[in-house]
Amino acid sequence: MKFNRILGAGLFTAASILPMLAHAAEDTIKIGVLHSLSGTMAISETTLKDTVLMMVDDINKKGGLLGKKVEAVVVDPASNWPLFAEKARELLEKEKVAAVFGCWTSVSRKSVLPVFEQLNGMLFYPVQYEGEESSRNVFYTGAAPNQQAIPAVDYLMSKDGGEVKRWVLAGTDYVYPRTTNKILEAYLKSKGVKPEDIMINYTPFGHSDWQTIVADIKKFGSAGKKTAVVSTINGDANVPFYKELANLGVKADQIPVVAFSVGEEELAGIDTKNLIGHLAAWNYFQSVKSPENDAFIKQWQSFIKNPKRVTNDPMEATYIGFKMWTQAVQQAGTTNVDAVRQALYGQKVKNLTGGVAVMNTNHHLSKPVFIGEIQGNGQFQTVWKTKDVIKADAWSPFIPESAKLTADWTYPWVCGNCTEPKFK
Amino acid sequence: MHSLSHLFLNPGDRRFWAGFTALGVLFLLLVPALNLLLPADSALHVPNYMVTLIGKYLCYAILAMAMNLVWGYCGVLSLGHGAFFALGGYAIGMYMMRSIGARGVYGNADLPDFMVFLNWKELPWYWLGFDHFWFAALMVMAIPGALAFVFGWLAFRSRINGVYLSIVTQAMTYALMLAFFRNEMGFGGNNGLTDFKDILGFDLSQDATKMGLYLLTTLVLGATFLLVRFVTASKLGRVMMAVRDAESRVRFLGYSVTGVKLFAFTLSAVLAGIAGALYVPQVGIINPSEFSPANSIEIAIWVAVGGRGTLLGPVLGAFAVNGAKTWLTGAAPELWLFALGALFILVTLALPKGLVGLWAGLRARVTEKSND
Amino acid sequence: MRAFHLILALAALLLATPSARADDDFSTALRALNADSYADKIAAAEALAALGEGRAAPILDALADGRLYVTPDGAILIEQAGTYLEPLSQKIVTTDKAEAITVNNRLRGVARGAAGRLALFSPNAQARGAAVEAIMNSPSDEAADMVRAALAKESDATIKALMVTALASLDLSSDNAGHRLAAVTQLADSSDPSVRSQIQRLLETETDLQVRKVAEKTLGSIEFRVTLMGFVANLFQGLSLGSVLLLAAIGLAVTFGVMGVINMAHGEMIMLGAYTTFAVQQGFRAFLPADLIDLYLVAALPAAFLVTALVGMGLERGIIRFLYGRPLETMLATWGISLVLQQVVRQIFGASNMEVANPSWMTGGWDLAGGFTLTYNRVVIILFCLAVLGGLAALLRWSSFGLHMRAVTQNRPMASAMGIPTGRVDAMTFGLGSGIAGIAGVALSQIGNVSPNLGQGYIVDSFMVVVFGGVGSLWGTLVGAVSLGVVNKFLEPYAGAMLGKILVLVFIILFIQKRPRGLFALKGRSVES
Repeated sequence: MKFNRILGAGLFTAASILPMLAHAAEDTIKIGVLHSLSGTMAISETTLKDTVLMMVDDINKKGGLLGKKVEAVVVDPASNWPLFAEKARELLEKEKVAAVFGCWTSVSRKSVLPVFEQLNGMLFYPVQYEGEESSRNVFYTGAAPNQQAIPAVDYLMSKDGGEVKRWVLAGTDYVYPRTTNKILEAYLKSKGVKPEDIMINYTPFGHSDWQTIVADIKKFGSAGKKTAVVSTINGDANVPFYKELANLGVKADQIPVVAFSVGEEELAGIDTKNLIGHLAAWNYFQSVKSPENDAFIKQWQSFIKNPKRVTNDPMEATYIGFKMWTQAVQQAGTTNVDAVRQALYGQKVKNLTGGVAVMNTNHHLSKPVFIGEIQGNGQFQTVWKTKDVIKADAWSPFIPESAKLTADWTYPWVCGNCTEPKFK
Repeated sequence: MHSLSHLFLNPGDRRFWAGFTALGVLFLLLVPALNLLLPADSALHVPNYMVTLIGKYLCYAILAMAMNLVWGYCGVLSLGHGAFFALGGYAIGMYMMRSIGARGVYGNADLPDFMVFLNWKELPWYWLGFDHFWFAALMVMAIPGALAFVFGWLAFRSRINGVYLSIVTQAMTYALMLAFFRNEMGFGGNNGLTDFKDILGFDLSQDATKMGLYLLTTLVLGATFLLVRFVTASKLGRVMMAVRDAESRVRFLGYSVTGVKLFAFTLSAVLAGIAGALYVPQVGIINPSEFSPANSIEIAIWVAVGGRGTLLGPVLGAFAVNGAKTWLTGAAPELWLFALGALFILVTLALPKGLVGLWAGLRARVTEKSND
Repeated sequence: MRAFHLILALAALLLATPSARADDDFSTALRALNADSYADKIAAAEALAALGEGRAAPILDALADGRLYVTPDGAILIEQAGTYLEPLSQKIVTTDKAEAITVNNRLRGVARGAAGRLALFSPNAQARGAAVEAIMNSPSDEAADMVRAALAKESDATIKALMVTALASLDLSSDNAGHRLAAVTQLADSSDPSVRSQIQRLLETETDLQVRKVAEKTLGSIEFRVTLMGFVANLFQGLSLGSVLLLAAIGLAVTFGVMGVINMAHGEMIMLGAYTTFAVQQGFRAFLPADLIDLYLVAALPAAFLVTALVGMGLERGIIRFLYGRPLETMLATWGISLVLQQVVRQIFGASNMEVANPSWMTGGWDLAGGFTLTYNRVVIILFCLAVLGGLAALLRWSSFGLHMRAVTQNRPMASAMGIPTGRVDAMTFGLGSGIAGIAGVALSQIGNVSPNLGQGYIVDSFMVVVFGGVGSLWGTLVGAVSLGVVNKFLEPYAGAMLGKILVLVFIILFIQKRPRGLFALKGRSVES
């Protein structure tokens, strides 16, 4: 009987592992969507999944790509980092997708990176991040620190921004805030800010009790010099943070808070009436008027069947990434990863906010930067923008170890982190 | 000699060995053969990703067996086993970090990238020794073992049991998670350890290395199987089960309940550490989310689904739950949590003995019918 | 003849138009606010304020709040609760073409400072108080003169004191050593951290020995008060965190205490309570008049209690009762329930955060001395938490259901033998525990996220509170929650938020080794088994 038990178990196991016999129709191009639909990151990533589906829907309505229909393969990596790697492998090896749009957190990107590099896949990563990376297999369509953090600080130091002299760098304890704050600290010091005028604070993920820290910020800001908070606080922790700010009466004209992870989607969960004037720096705001943006918002709201749904920066980054990929595929005439990669360099797509985004050979974009103030209706109002697009630095010049590195995937460099070209 | 022949003569044992060999053949020979020998377009071909996936499940199966040893046989429900698993993973991860050497992005031969980045000038003392594989391999077992020993000694001595022990172990893994999240700890913070290049000189991105790791994991699972069988069949094992069923009586009979529990807990932690060490090179990352209380609860669920207190149950449970997860997160990404949640509820309600119990029940019914 | 006419006209003009001309100036300055660049708008706001007319104050305030609108023909309007007010004629205007005048923080600061200076002479005492504070935030020499002028007319004692302090802190940077001395003497009673840093800066450069001596003394006394207030603030924050923990844990204490069931879906009950709050708020917004919106929270309490109690009772009858005597299995089954509930909410409401606004009576805070603000929402939650605890204690103590519950907690078989319907008590207890978790959700929606993950954030903490305090003891839960909250908040300034939490967890683990049944162990036969 025991043996039968074991045999039964063996059969069961075999059944559960036998490859599923799914035959993809030959006339479709598959792309993977690797965004968490459950778990802690679902809050942010679900929107991006829907954005990709909308883009796919759109391109199929317009006749598809290379005469074929585009098919999105959606999987749920459930905010579980090893599961990201597993799903990435499944998408590339089993589903044989031509490109993957996905990931939000840095750790999920780090987790799938070896998979994409081993299997020569192509990942479009649509979120602002810390930089310090350039993989041959990843295209980074979100902002690097020099496209978000540095312009924001420059603005606050300007006359319009209030000539800030004292800085609180508050963030969640993970790599993006650490890097951004490291870059900002070096940058501020180079601008003559004294070390005692910089306060750095890290909190755990999902931190919910902000009383002590907001009180500390208030205290730090009472030293008679104009003070600002640069917030790299992550997703979930922002709602209680802003509620505490509002209730402790931290007003934007006294101590402005500029955030790099708070967009329209996050504001939708907060009552913004008491937060008017606090800032955010992004490459996109829903409130920016342009024909492309109006059309995009309309398309989004009708696709999602909710006339009040907001759009945000990572959605635009997804939009640009998808458009660039389709253009490159058309140009290359194939979905072959190596060919498409070559075609992507220099690829141009109109930004939703005006101007043109360009894919550079360091796999990052050139994009404009906007600084906006929070309004009572949950939108941002642009108070400053760059004259031209800014090219993303994969390696920050403000970190000594990374200043000497170059990312350039074209001849003669062909490298993501080299001090000299591969071919001379 | 007598006992050995007894082992083979006993009909139950013969079935065990036959089943064990069959499973061994399936995982050790059949899967690699179907992967390597058949052409990729064959219907029976096992693709590479499937090998990696099964390798991962096998690690979970070892972990589930470890959990079963302490919960299924000794009645101690630890909700902190994810911590031992993760610690084992971190130990091997530290070795792999060290063996990256100067190939990191910042090209520093002495420090891993994340330390360069945090402006650290020298390697912290607790990283010393991890450039040797044997040291890391030792730590894979020693660190979870030591933690379990100290923690268990404190807890079992004060007779913390049942639900209380579950909650205290949960607090332990939660505290460790928060600690490992801290970048100051020197374990890479939220990102953990990643960017591994090779292990013992074998390139991790090669399919051959992956196959090697897979085979190694299969062998370790086999060894764990035998070990658990050996322990549970021994006198100590019987006392363990007695502790599970009636702790006070065993205590009154003069046995050291604390000692028995401590043994099971520590051994189980060591096994979990080994599972973690096999897991990390195969998935390529170890980070603090492995410590999250939810992960530890899931381990208990694998065991419950498979059937606790049975040899095979945990393996079955680990394969069934994770297989379902893999399948459903792809096939029904919006709805899979319903299916998974329903599975847990159903198993606890309808199948108190898990899948193994279901099979036994079906068999019993068939036998009854044929006897009629 | 012509000359005569001209003179006549001039005279008429001179006689008739001082106010008319002022009106013209005012109107021009007002229209200038609708400039293209922020620099021009700032100049316009300053010009408007420089006219020194009190009626400019509400306009500048509206500008700072983003409530100043402009029609296509350039008329400036103040928006108030959906209607537009023409500031010159004070008439209500209806238009749908008005657009808000955009403001940035710099303009906002200028407008508020200017409005503040104008409001110094307002008949409303509260406005004058706010004005002094606004001036202290943007100090200038002319502001000092205005405060001096206002001080002479001031009758309200508290505002007078405020003005004296403000003047003194403005005088600290005076060139006259006598003024500085007077100022530091004057400020000896202050407990404002910003005054402290002003005096610190004064001491860095001060050369006059006597001023130095007094300043040092003043600094010492301010520092003492600020430290004291810091301690009080810490205590309050600790109490507040404790009350949050208590609210989250109290329902668990009931179910865990009575039934020995670890309800892993407890956090999801809190989450359901928060979502019910959201739904009630949306209902109020959609169907009831706007001035009732502040009451939605009151209506949400019974609604949340009912919803979660019903869900809880359903779960107990449908699933959990089949698992009695198997606490560990119950844990796994409820874990499954929690996954399902999260996904249900995600399917219905979507994955993103829902916006639950604080009612106006819970917004803001009460500025106490020493830079310590008592925020209304936290005070309300502390009081609410005590009320819930009191109500629950009363229910347990005096109702027959409470008596049954206590009996079942202490000895289930004996209670059953005495004819207590333990099954029904279990169902009701589970419903009660879930209902309390639901109203905890109402409270927690006021300080944090309302998302499908809401419950996960509280579950481990609530277990710790219950186990630390002692299972089955409400008093233990109270003491446990408050002490953990206070310890956490006193550790945080030294160890940081993360390390503080880790230390608390390690402390609990060690404490449980010493007292395996928690702070207030329940005595009874069933507890031993």
